[in-house]
Amino acid sequence: MIKNLRHLVPTFAVFSLVAACSSAPPPPPAGGGKPVDAATTGSLSGRAAFAGTPPAVESIRMNTDKACVQGSGPNPQSDAILIGADGALKNVFVYVKEGLDPAYSFDIPTTAAILDQQGCIYTPRVIGVRAGQPFDVVNSDQTLHNVHAMPMQNQEFNQGQLTKGVRLTRTFTVPEVMVRFKCDVHPWMAAYVGVVAHPYFAVTDAGGAFEIANLPPGTYTLEAWHERFGRRTAQVTISATQAQTVTFSFAAKQERP
Amino acid sequence: MTWLHRYTRLLVAATLVLVTAGGMVTSTASGLSVPDWPTTYGYNMFTFPLGKMVGGIFYEHGHRLIATLVGLLTIGLVAFVWRVDSRRWMLRLSLIALAAVILQGVLGGLTVIYLLPDAISIGHAGLAQVFFCLTVATAVFTSRTWLGPAALANDPALRRRLVVMTSLIYLQILLGATMRHTGAGLAIPDFPLVFGGLLPPAWTPGVAVHFAHRVGALVVTVFVLANVAYIWSRHGGRRELVRPAWLLVVAVAAQVALGATVVLSGKQEIVNTLHVAVGSIVLGTSLVLTLRAFGARAFTDRRLPI
Repeated sequence: MIKNLRHLVPTFAVFSLVAACSSAPPPPPAGGGKPVDAATTGSLSGRAAFAGTPPAVESIRMNTDKACVQGSGPNPQSDAILIGADGALKNVFVYVKEGLDPAYSFDIPTTAAILDQQGCIYTPRVIGVRAGQPFDVVNSDQTLHNVHAMPMQNQEFNQGQLTKGVRLTRTFTVPEVMVRFKCDVHPWMAAYVGVVAHPYFAVTDAGGAFEIANLPPGTYTLEAWHERFGRRTAQVTISATQAQTVTFSFAAKQERP
Repeated sequence: MTWLHRYTRLLVAATLVLVTAGGMVTSTASGLSVPDWPTTYGYNMFTFPLGKMVGGIFYEHGHRLIATLVGLLTIGLVAFVWRVDSRRWMLRLSLIALAAVILQGVLGGLTVIYLLPDAISIGHAGLAQVFFCLTVATAVFTSRTWLGPAALANDPALRRRLVVMTSLIYLQILLGATMRHTGAGLAIPDFPLVFGGLLPPAWTPGVAVHFAHRVGALVVTVFVLANVAYIWSRHGGRRELVRPAWLLVVAVAAQVALGATVVLSGKQEIVNTLHVAVGSIVLGTSLVLTLRAFGARAFTDRRLPI
């Protein structure tokens, strides 16, 4: 008996190692304790636009789940590409990628960001959260979902939500742009979460506009990300109390993110 | 045909359905649609409501249910062999099959719990084919062809050829599983050319494994045609070899066509799954040929089991 148990020891050792490697996420970046002087900050606004002929809108076939068909309304369409008047591009994640003094520290919000599932669609499709900030994934549908986060830097997870109203709270601690979420039950469902170490990020609205406020003076590299059209960067210098604008232009057939 | 042989045929068919269902799970990317194991969304898997088998759950949970059935059938095989077959090595073989199907279930669970790590998923796919071969072998060993008095030709060259062919087919399936589980199915987007030429212009792991699978298909096809021609020329009067040889040619032709269609259709789910299923048929048919070529030489104890 004891002899047989010996064979189990290496097996448990391997699984323990795997378990150990997959636990204890690192703490979020703390910064150097330097506060931002609110009297000198500037602001940044701008627009993301698509140039060229917009791709055709993709219809979603939800017929594998009647609850999705009922919840989404007639002729559901993908919100992966939302282009409005004058090429206004929605759901572009814009953030300060480089240039921010690492000595700055920022309070981490304790209020959870919300990623909802309505009509078997993630709402919103693109959000930003702070590293260390909790976010809730809510099931508002009359069907079940699995919430499958697929980060590269943070901890991957896959959690089922069997009934309407179930709420799942998680926290990513490592900055990462972007983390893809999917539902393997409903393969058309996707969402993207930008995890940033500071509060200087935004998501473009239906008019393609974004605004980042209270930015300390300095020269920054901004990055704009779109799930289908890739990434764009821009250099911008913010002077004290100044408002700066920047425009990001996207086109089809760019590299995928 | 004995009842034991009928039972082994049923097990082979059920295993082929299971492999196909598993192929459908990966083709539809439904592997994680049920995030827990051995439970299903917290339910005992046998009490999970049918009404909740929606979307990807239909494939993943269905795969688990079929796997349970195959597991039970394998337990039944052990009991059946123990009861009616006097050959001790047959009992050992059925016990090996049972161990394989249990390990296969555990691998399936682990790959879900650990979020589809490539190594476990590829191992799951590889062991599936090993288990399928074990079921095919039990069917061969209980068949009238095997147990009957027909003399088996003493042709060591044929045996060597067929062992190599079956091994190559299995390696080719492992390459396919690696391609499938590492997402390299469309790493080379055109067919029959490779990025418009004969060789990839750049090598990435995905391109390399995809290209290796195509080269493997060519090698397997050449081996199959050469061996089938050999069987027709040297053993053309032996139906137990010629018939599976014909089937092998048809299955390989279908498999190559399906492989091409997988690429050209952008991994259409049904085509992609059929490619897995027909791959199993190619392997199983090749194994039948190989075992029949060995016949009594490898196993001298050929008493009728019932």
